[in-house]
Parts: sequence; structure tokens; C-alpha cells
Amino acid sequence: MSSLPSHARVVIVGAGIVGNSVAWHLARLGWRDIVLIDKGPLPDPGGSTGHASNFIFLTDHSREMTAFTLDSVRQYVELDVFTRSGGIEVARTPERMEELQRRLASSRSWGVEAELIGPSRAQELVPYLDERVILCGFHTPGVGVVDSLRAGTLMRERAAALGALVTFPSTEVTGIDVEDGRVAAVRTDLGDVWTDTVVVCSGVWSPRIARMAGASIPLTPAVHQMISVGPVPLFAGTPGEISYPIVRDMDTNMYERQHGSDLEVGSFAHRPILMEADDIPSIAAAALSPTQLSFTAEDFDPQMEQALELMPSILGDERVGIRHAINGLLSLTPDGAPILGETPEVRGLWSAAAIWIKEAPGIGRTIAEWMTTGTPEIDPHGSDIARFYPHQRAAAQVRARSAEGFNKTYGIVHPAEQWASNRDVRLSPFNARERDLGAVFFETAGWERPFWYTSNERLLAEYGERVMPRAAEWESRWWSPIINAEHLALRDRVGMVDLSAFAILDVAGPGALAALQRIAVAEMDVPVGRVVYTPLLNAAGGIVADLTIMRLGQERFRIVTGGGGGMRDRKWIADHLPPDGSVQLFDATSAWCTLGVWGPRARDLVASVTEDDVSDAGFPFATCRQITIGSVPVLASRISYVGELGWELYAPMEQGQRLWDTLWAAGKPRGVVPVGIGVYATTARLEKGYRAHGNDWTWSTRWWRPEWPTAG
Amino acid sequence: MNVLVCVKRVPATGGRVTLTPDARAIDTSLLGFTTSPHEECAVEEAARLVEAGGGTSTVLTLGPEAAIEQLRDAMAVGIERAVLLETDGTEWGPAATAAAIADAVRARESADGEPFGLLLFGNEAADSADYQVGVRVAVALDRPCVTGVKRLDVGAGAVRAWRERDGAWDVYEMPLPAVVTVREGINLPRYPSVPGRLRARRKDVERAPARRVPVADAVLTRLRLPAQAEHRVEILGTGPEAVPPVVEVLRQLGLVGR
Repeated sequence: MSSLPSHARVVIVGAGIVGNSVAWHLARLGWRDIVLIDKGPLPDPGGSTGHASNFIFLTDHSREMTAFTLDSVRQYVELDVFTRSGGIEVARTPERMEELQRRLASSRSWGVEAELIGPSRAQELVPYLDERVILCGFHTPGVGVVDSLRAGTLMRERAAALGALVTFPSTEVTGIDVEDGRVAAVRTDLGDVWTDTVVVCSGVWSPRIARMAGASIPLTPAVHQMISVGPVPLFAGTPGEISYPIVRDMDTNMYERQHGSDLEVGSFAHRPILMEADDIPSIAAAALSPTQLSFTAEDFDPQMEQALELMPSILGDERVGIRHAINGLLSLTPDGAPILGETPEVRGLWSAAAIWIKEAPGIGRTIAEWMTTGTPEIDPHGSDIARFYPHQRAAAQVRARSAEGFNKTYGIVHPAEQWASNRDVRLSPFNARERDLGAVFFETAGWERPFWYTSNERLLAEYGERVMPRAAEWESRWWSPIINAEHLALRDRVGMVDLSAFAILDVAGPGALAALQRIAVAEMDVPVGRVVYTPLLNAAGGIVADLTIMRLGQERFRIVTGGGGGMRDRKWIADHLPPDGSVQLFDATSAWCTLGVWGPRARDLVASVTEDDVSDAGFPFATCRQITIGSVPVLASRISYVGELGWELYAPMEQGQRLWDTLWAAGKPRGVVPVGIGVYATTARLEKGYRAHGNDWTWSTRWWRPEWPTAG
Repeated sequence: MNVLVCVKRVPATGGRVTLTPDARAIDTSLLGFTTSPHEECAVEEAARLVEAGGGTSTVLTLGPEAAIEQLRDAMAVGIERAVLLETDGTEWGPAATAAAIADAVRARESADGEPFGLLLFGNEAADSADYQVGVRVAVALDRPCVTGVKRLDVGAGAVRAWRERDGAWDVYEMPLPAVVTVREGINLPRYPSVPGRLRARRKDVERAPARRVPVADAVLTRLRLPAQAEHRVEILGTGPEAVPPVVEVLRQLGLVGR
């Protein structure tokens, strides 16, 4: 074996399916001197790739995840390691039948061929399935299985054939040196490599590797149980690995697939069994492999009954034995999405973690494009590691949300469904008043935001038939007709909206204007006191954010962006500031609370509590100015996301409640209503025609038509 | 014939064993548990004897409550009844273990009104490897005993036990009731079926506190790990060129003929 080179363009840590994919795509895109290191032997170094069940269902409600998966299938097919088997997700309950219809809708949206089939057709396709147990099936003919180890080997070979890659198995990373916030070297038990770029593709060990550089990858190893039973007489004569469609028994959180002469039965139904990366046994000490832990039968036994119900002819056969049973480790994240991209803490340290077999090659391509051009074809913003706020990286949050999310793996999850664990993390100064008003809180980036107020129920009678009913149970879930009533009250009178979840970033210094001129699309050399709404674009013209920027001084700007994408936007802006120190970025989110006051009576209300000029002439649209409301100093910005006259009022956090009380008291005779985010982020902004980043536009939305809305 | 098979819950170790800080036990914090391999074969033998000749099969273990897992494993492959002699989880020496098992056998036989025709043990436990418990139980109950058995034929009132030695066989005949300790290779244990597992889950386990009699016993004072050879991976070749060296390795292992 050749010795470790002293320098590398990039060091990839981990030779599972992810590391191999990243290595190949970096090589394909022209990078050379790529070093791939794994602690374990090849081709199966002992991580999660080696024990994966290796099947791929195509449809996810997330466009991003489906795009990764479809691209991965295309690559697996091209590598000739994909066996098409078809797959059926079965419903045992009416609720699941409805969910399968929604999956069909998502499939059609993403261009995946799929159909709903009846029980007898399902049994025709999978003769060992008992049709009496199910109500219907969601059949995807393009589902299949892959040989992920073989795929990895082929990708390494291709990269090596280009002269781009050297691989070092059985080599342990012992440290990552960081200088000036940037990766400098990787230390291993085989020697050290100078490099300014490291990709952590270390699966369940990723937190440990990232920690060596002082960064965090907030995932937790967790157990997924799987048994393999055989020999199955029915499979004796079938060629190859799989001849029957894979079945996902959605209501029991299980799957069953043929694997040669065996049937594999996997479960996501058992209690969440989480581990720490440091507690995973070493390769030498592991009985099977470090990520195949001893099976805990008592956790799986209840699921076995349910599997037996569905497939009695195989699982009820006394001659068919449980030949293999493992507690396999996989990675869970606090929001269920992968963790991709350059870490905010360390330049040059990239994460490609919490990735399943079904999406790994597509993500490998995306990461490689991101690293080489900055403009991946598939928008990865939902998986961007920069999305996490500090509290979301805390071990307590990672454990609580990962555990809560585990049993939702096959769950019926409403897009607005709220997390139950670890709530009340970030509270605005209006929180006590909001509780008094019966706020129903939804969470954004840890902030508790009123989505609607039960105290507004009386508005339902007032607006009567003007409140649009939502008849279907699904669309009325995580929703209230009160939202529509609040909407109408905002249009008729005046509303107060808690917007404290905004991320507020101050950019200041002699180079601030020049930097923002580069970062923002809109003209930033505006008079002090102007408010500019602008997209931020990547090099390909993809929209990475839309936000407002206030010019507070010649060399001082305040950027206000949504809480959900706040940390991503902060990293994007910080990354694009000049390195010479002429511009400073300060995150002022925790300093300012924000209260939106909008509606036809908004000027009347604000004027009643300030001595400053808030007339249209004195305070025109798209301007901002310091005013005093009661005794509270407030930065008022006359813009709107809801299509009504009014202001965003930024006040010191500790004076927020006073601001609320002042406006509330003055608003009473003017019919003021507390208005929730249901109106702000949904009905009012849609009615106004504002788009929301992440939904209506993404990195993949190209900015080349002057269709940006210009007025509020 | 009624058959009793005794098993021990032991750590499922991997390639490298780690000891506790006091070096008196295997560090099991990251390990699962299993039944000793010899005892898995004893369980299989008990199940086969009863399936072929009738009677009842019972599995017994002396250990912590968690050892119920090993009892259920045995019931999943066909053993009918299970007895847990419950300890506080500390390791017992072979003399104390054998005395408690002998007591339990006497008590059960007198309750059943008939003796177990055969008491089956593994030749030695996978962790402590004392090679004593089966023999000591036989002595305590005054029954004949053969150890290291790799073939067993049960006839009317007698058993013939085969022990492999230096490529030849010692063949013993004993009257029943008797005690036999078996070695891996006597049979190929079956895998549990799903219905078997589910039946085992529903069955009761008879539990009694293990009675520790004061006996002189070997005391484990310290474990020491032997020098362990590191695993080495040798690439013998790729593609068709790899075939001759692979065949040569298989020949050296005696898996293919010359």
C-alpha cells in the first residue's frame, strides 16, 4: 500500500456509500489529489452501508428528498447495481388510505409513476401477502434494490482511473487541525495530511469527527431492528436477489422484502433506542460490525405478530427460521433531514451525514457540485447544516426530537404537524400577553409563535359566512377558521402580529455598502432610512434568500430575514463579506423583538401613541425611522408582508411587553385584534401575492425575469 | 422421557474482549448476551429427543432476571418449560452453581413424581469455562455422567454417548437417569421460527430464588487478556487471477480436496 500523501486537495472521511459518491463526483468534476480514508476495511468498512436493507422507494412528500432519490436511482442504474422489483405501500386503515392518495399526488408532482391498487391486485403481485389484512396499496413499479457496496467500489475505481483518488482503508482519523477558522490538516494513525478541505462522510460517527475540528453535526445514532427469515420455500426457484415487490406495511411501521432465499423484516415501530457516537463498539470489539449491535428480541416481538398477520404463509411456516437478527445503527437528526454542506463553525469542513442508501449518490453529486461550483442543480436548502440554531445543536434537543421523529418514519405526518418535545425554547416578550389571549403556538426555529388566538373566536360570529370553511379533515388539521376571521379583521381594522422570530443581522463598516451591493440584487446605495426588499442570488442566479435591508447609516445596514432560514442566511452573508475586516456582521436577533401593526386603522393607532410624524408624507412606504411609542424607543419600518398599511416595529427585547401594552390599550377603541402567523405567513401574504422562500422559490428558481414585487 | 437442559447467559463477545476496570469480568456495557454454543446444541438435542421419543423438555438457568431472554430463546426452538433460578446478578462459582441446580432438580423431580431421564449440559460455559457444573451435578445426584459428547443414542432405559478423541471415538453406555455434557457439533441447532418465537413469548417462566449454599468454590480473582493477533486483510488478487490463490487457501483449510 502506498503511503499517505503529505498534501491533498480534499480528505474524505468515510468510505461508505456517501464518501464513495462524494469522491467520485469530485473526481468527475475535475478535482484531483482526493484522499479517501476509512477506519475499517474495504469494501465494507463496518458502517451503516454494510447492513442496510438497500431498497429504494421513490416518493417523499419533500421535493428535495425525492430529487435526491431519483438522481440516485439514475446513478445506480448507470452503475448496473439496481434491480427493479416494484414496491407496494399497504394501508390497513382508512386514514392510511387517504395518506396513500396524498402520496400519489406527491408522486405525480415529482414525476414518479405510481398507482393505487386494490387488495387482490396487491396479493397478485405479492402472493404471500394476505389481502384480507389491507384496504389498498400504493404501487410504485420503479422501486428496487441496489448493491450499495458494489456501487461504492465502482465509484472508487472510476475516480482512481481518472488518477484523482487514493484510498486508505484501516486508517483512523485522530484529529483535524484548524487554523484561522479553516481546516489545515488531518491527522491519522498513518501520518498527517495537509489539506484545507475535509468532507465528513462518517455516518453515525460524524459527530465525533466534526468535534475534532470544533464543529458539530447534530445527529444521533439510533437502532433500527431487522430480522431475516429463511429459507422460504416460495423463493427457492426465483433467480437473483429479488423477484417480488417490496412491501411497506405503513401502519405498523414495518417493511418486508425478499432477499435471495430469505425475507427481511424491518421495523421502525419499536421504542427509540438512541446511542452516543462514542459508545459505538470498535471494529475489533464488535461481534458482527460496529453498526450491527446485538438484537434485543423483546423490542421486536410485538412487531412480529403484526408481520405474521400480513404474511402468514411465510412467517407462519415453522420451517422458516430467523437466521439473522440485528439492531442496526442508522443516523437520526432533530428534524429528520440530512445534514449537508459546509459547517458554519469551520471553513472547509463539510458535512455529508444522516443519508440513506436511497439518496446517497444524488447527495454525493450535490455536495460535489456545491463544493466545486457553489451551485448544485438540486436545491439542498432543507438539508443545509447551516439551518441549525445553537439550541438545535444541543444534545438534549437532538435526542428529544430524534426520538420523537423515529416512530414517524412511516407516519402520517401533516406538513404543519408540531413537535411535542422540547418546546418553549425561545419566547418573545409578548408571550405572557399572548397566553392570556389564548394563543395557539406553533414553533419556528425554537420560537413559540401564536398561529391564531382562541380569544378571537367571537370574530367567527361577526364575519359569519365570510369565513371560508375547510370541510376536509386533513386541510382543517393544524388550522382554525379563526385564522380566516383574523384575516378579515386585519383587512377591516388593525392587527398586531408578533414577528420576534425574525433573524436580525447588522452589517456595518467602511466596506458595508460595497459588500451588500455584491450580495443583494437590488440597489443598496439608497438614502439612509430606506428599506429595500431584495433577493440574494447564488452564482447561477438561484434564489438563496429574500429579505429586507434597512439602511440605518452611511456604513450601517440592518438585515431582517425569516426565522426559519435565519442561520442559513447569516452564513451566506458572512461567507460573502470581504476578509479584510472592513465589514462586521453582528447577529442582533436576541436584542430586538418585532411587532407588526397593520390594517386600515394602523396609522390612526400608531399616531395615537407617538408624537412623531407617521403621516404618509412624513413616513412614506419603504422607509424606516426611529420613533417613540409611549416611552419605548422603536425602529419603525413601513413595509408589509400582508398587503396592508402599517409598520414593523423593532423594540429592545426587554421593553417589548411595554410596547405591546401601549398599542393594545390604544388599539382597543379602534378594534385592534391580535393576529397570528396563520394570517401573516399564509392567507395574507398569499392574497397579496408574496412568495415564501423554501416553498414558492428556492435555489432552483432562477432570477432572470423582472417579476420581483416592488410595492407593499 | 423427560429431559432437562441447563444453559448459561453469557456475553456475546466480538473479536476483542474488553475487561472491567477491576479485571474480574468482561465489560458487557456495549455487548449483547447469548447462550453458550455448546449449550445451544444441548437445547437442540433436548428438543430432538423429546420430539422423537415423547416426554417433556425443560430448560433451566441460574442467573439474573435478564437470563429469561436465554430461556425464551430455548423455548422458541421447541423446549416446553422454563425455570429461572434467580440470582442477584453476581457470578457464582461452579460448586455453588451445581449445588443449587442439583437442589432444583431434586425439588422438581419430587414434584413431578418422576426423575428426568437425562440432564443435558454444555461441555463448558463460553465465558467462565470451568468444565465442572455438569459433573458436579451428576456427583451430587449420584448419577452416571459422560462429558464432551458429540453423539447421543437413547434406548430403553439406557443411553449410548459418543466422545471424539484424537480422531477416534470413545463410546459409553449408561443407565438412565444420567447426565451428559455435549459439545458443539453434536447437531446443527435450528433457527427459531416466527411462530416459535411468539409461542415462547407467551409462555410462563417458573421462577425461584437460587439458594446459595456455603461451599468451597474456586474464586475468580483476576482475568488477563492474552496477546491478540491483529486482524489482517490480505488481497489475494482481483478478477479471475484471484481464483488460484483463493483455491489454495481453501485447500489449506481443508475445505476442498487436493
